[in-house]
Amino acid sequence: MIRSFRWEFTSGLIASIVLLPLLTLGWLSLQSNQALWSHLASTVLGDYILSSLALMLGVAVLSLLLGIGSAYLVTQYEFRCVRFFYWALLLPLAMPAYITAYSYTGLLDVAGPIQSHIRDTFSLSYGDYWFPEIRSLGGAIFVLSFVLYPYVFLMARSSFMEQSQHLRDVAQLLGYSRTKAFFRINLPIARPAIIAGLSLALMETLADFGAVSYFGVNSFTTGIFRTWYGLDNVEGAAQLALLLLGFVVVLLALETSSRKRAAYHDKKTSAPAQRITLSGTKQLIAIGLVSLPLLLGFVIPSAQLVIWAAENASDFLEPAFWQLLWNTVMLAGITAVVALSLAILVAYAHRLNQSRFTKFAKRIVGLGYAIPGIVIAVGTLIPLAYFDNSLDAWMRSNAGFSTGLLISGTLLALVIAYLVRFLAVALNSVESGLDSVRLNMDQAARSLGLSPIKVLKQIHLPLMRSSLFTGLLIVFVDVMKELPATLVLKPFNFNTLAVRAYELASDERLADAALPSIAIVLAGLIPVIVLSRLSRSSKHTS
Amino acid sequence: MKKTTTLVLLIATSFLLSACEKKSAEEVNLYSARKEALMAPLLEAFTAETGISVNIISGKADALLTRIESEGINSPADVLLTTDAGRLHRAKSAGIFSTLNSSLLSSTIPSQYRDSDDQWVGLSLRARPIMLTPASTQMEITRYQDLVDPSLEGQICVRSSGNIYNQSLIAASIEALGEAETENWAKGLVANFARKPQGGDRDQIRAAAAGQCSIVIANTYYLANMLADKDKTDDFQAASKMTVVWPNQEDRGTHVNVSGAGILKTAKNSANALKLIEFLASDTAQKMYAELNYEFPVKDGIELHPILKSWGEFKADSVELSKLGENNAAAVQLMDRAGWK
Repeated sequence: MIRSFRWEFTSGLIASIVLLPLLTLGWLSLQSNQALWSHLASTVLGDYILSSLALMLGVAVLSLLLGIGSAYLVTQYEFRCVRFFYWALLLPLAMPAYITAYSYTGLLDVAGPIQSHIRDTFSLSYGDYWFPEIRSLGGAIFVLSFVLYPYVFLMARSSFMEQSQHLRDVAQLLGYSRTKAFFRINLPIARPAIIAGLSLALMETLADFGAVSYFGVNSFTTGIFRTWYGLDNVEGAAQLALLLLGFVVVLLALETSSRKRAAYHDKKTSAPAQRITLSGTKQLIAIGLVSLPLLLGFVIPSAQLVIWAAENASDFLEPAFWQLLWNTVMLAGITAVVALSLAILVAYAHRLNQSRFTKFAKRIVGLGYAIPGIVIAVGTLIPLAYFDNSLDAWMRSNAGFSTGLLISGTLLALVIAYLVRFLAVALNSVESGLDSVRLNMDQAARSLGLSPIKVLKQIHLPLMRSSLFTGLLIVFVDVMKELPATLVLKPFNFNTLAVRAYELASDERLADAALPSIAIVLAGLIPVIVLSRLSRSSKHTS
Repeated sequence: MKKTTTLVLLIATSFLLSACEKKSAEEVNLYSARKEALMAPLLEAFTAETGISVNIISGKADALLTRIESEGINSPADVLLTTDAGRLHRAKSAGIFSTLNSSLLSSTIPSQYRDSDDQWVGLSLRARPIMLTPASTQMEITRYQDLVDPSLEGQICVRSSGNIYNQSLIAASIEALGEAETENWAKGLVANFARKPQGGDRDQIRAAAAGQCSIVIANTYYLANMLADKDKTDDFQAASKMTVVWPNQEDRGTHVNVSGAGILKTAKNSANALKLIEFLASDTAQKMYAELNYEFPVKDGIELHPILKSWGEFKADSVELSKLGENNAAAVQLMDRAGWK
């Protein structure tokens, strides 16, 4: 009884990290704002909602196609360079959406090299020819999908990898064709994982501000910024943010219900599925298909960055640059480890207790990812400063000295804000790992007299290793790319690569922003490569 | 394993603590909405001259303002620096500024660019005129009002209404023409847009040079930056096609905004803070503003950069700058109604 309380308390404590900014948001929203809402409703609100819905729908369809398709190809078939594509398809994950948006705009804009070339070659002027407008809803869907499909790919890939040979044997026994087996067996089994990946992609889509605002799409997040900055109405912005959160709650409810209906545990008694070797035209098609997301999501935008950076070779690698790199990597590393540890506790507490409370805690933790960074920043800033000031006032009157701001304005505040946003990512990976360990394993281990913590350490963690690596990787890369919360909460004289890239790019100095952008991408590559290697070797040894 | 873990923990903790405030003898803490890269040379010059070191946090003005407000009496900030007058006014209304007691500032900076209660002072001037390509020959354009002429349909490029410079432009217009007339003007302007507003000011210039439109509303320093960097040939050529038209020279003048600063009530280093602001208003710094970012000085008698000189002298709108802040929300709502995305 006491022990179960301890677990509940822990998970409640962790959930309160996320709950705090949500409550702040709720508190800010309390004020009624009739005038603002009637203005919004009669002018731009419809646009915000429709744009966000269209954006989500587009990104969902495109990133599912890209993610599932490529994951299936690299796990089930043998063709040239398949080992390379197996990890390389993750590379777009290292590209922040706003940076990809900058690159494509530079390339495809009316004043960009391609359109200029068309005009010069055929001596046309603007309007004489058709060219897709990159700065549009379609452009935003394109960019976000090619940046976010790796979430689906990652989850689908590990799920397809875990599907063993006996599943294929069953399909053969039933006389299923490959296609039929894919839709009737592989896909349904992978569905919880895929939907977990998709929900991350969609939450990121909803929270995106950089790319969407750059493309002039009036999404919900743009509206939040506009209401806060333009109309100077923090309460209204908080209310809009809560409405956005409503979207997310629906999204998450869909995810959980799909997980509930599809709780599959593969027994893993047989070897992993044998890859089918492709040759000839089929091989070429497969290579072409898996190259597409890699090219459009990574190679082309980063080539554009490299060209820009080369044009600016003069300001190459100042010492401040290494400081930026160090800051960014350390922050991302610390946050990733802390987020993963906390997520494990939350997920495991629920597995042990299965109580309403632990479930609620899990739900709360899952919400943070969809809240735009800027909203989280303000939601963290206000309560932390309130805490610091209250403590300071109390100490002044009771102990006679001032503690000042203890947490506000430190890196700890920044890490807390990151946790609010990225615990959901960590939790997602941990849960999908934990789900694949059958409950009777726990029971067996417990009946052998192991304490819950020991079961976690000796049974679950080793079994979940690849999921944990995945979670670490995503949180790390996400923190590296994080911008709005960093901008609001960073301490004195402290910058990250993302902030530097953004400051330059928002000044429309895309070319100058190329160098820090490349650094973000490169630093993001290291964990992508290391972790995909680690997860592969752990596969071999287990 | 244990050793590695301890080591990692040690490094992580020392990293987290490393960014804590370092107490040095003479310092001043700056919250800056101006990008750090643009401030750095100015601050280095200040430190070289006075020996006072400057700690900086750069970010969006509204976020910095929220941060100061929630940090309350313990806020480490001494100076808030913004890139537009509207935000300075917002900070003043929030009651976070103290009065600037400086005879130097009040004697050198024209009153037009200072707060009426001396709570903030403008430090650089940013003009938002009309720019034309040779293709815009339909009619002579001399006023902002001319841009709504139906013959200019599909000719105008301007960025989104989410941008503060457009909001200030409309706010100033509300002051001059009233809300109804400004709304009609905004509607007429939207009707003449060449495309849905997108990108920044430079993007409008690039689009005009590429032939998508022929008339641009943009801040001059963007154009100047493109003209100054000859290494970026595309941008240089695009900018070379533009002619600057100073609108409304016969009446209210061309719209201008200021970047400026104020000292916080809760400042712990207020003497140093004042020194910093006075330095930024000095001749040396005023010249640097032009050299670094091609902005106009706020005071007379400063040698203009050749690029700025080439556009000729102009009459600036003399609207009280705090009106830009007061009318900002009304301006945004007006643009929402006018369909300016």
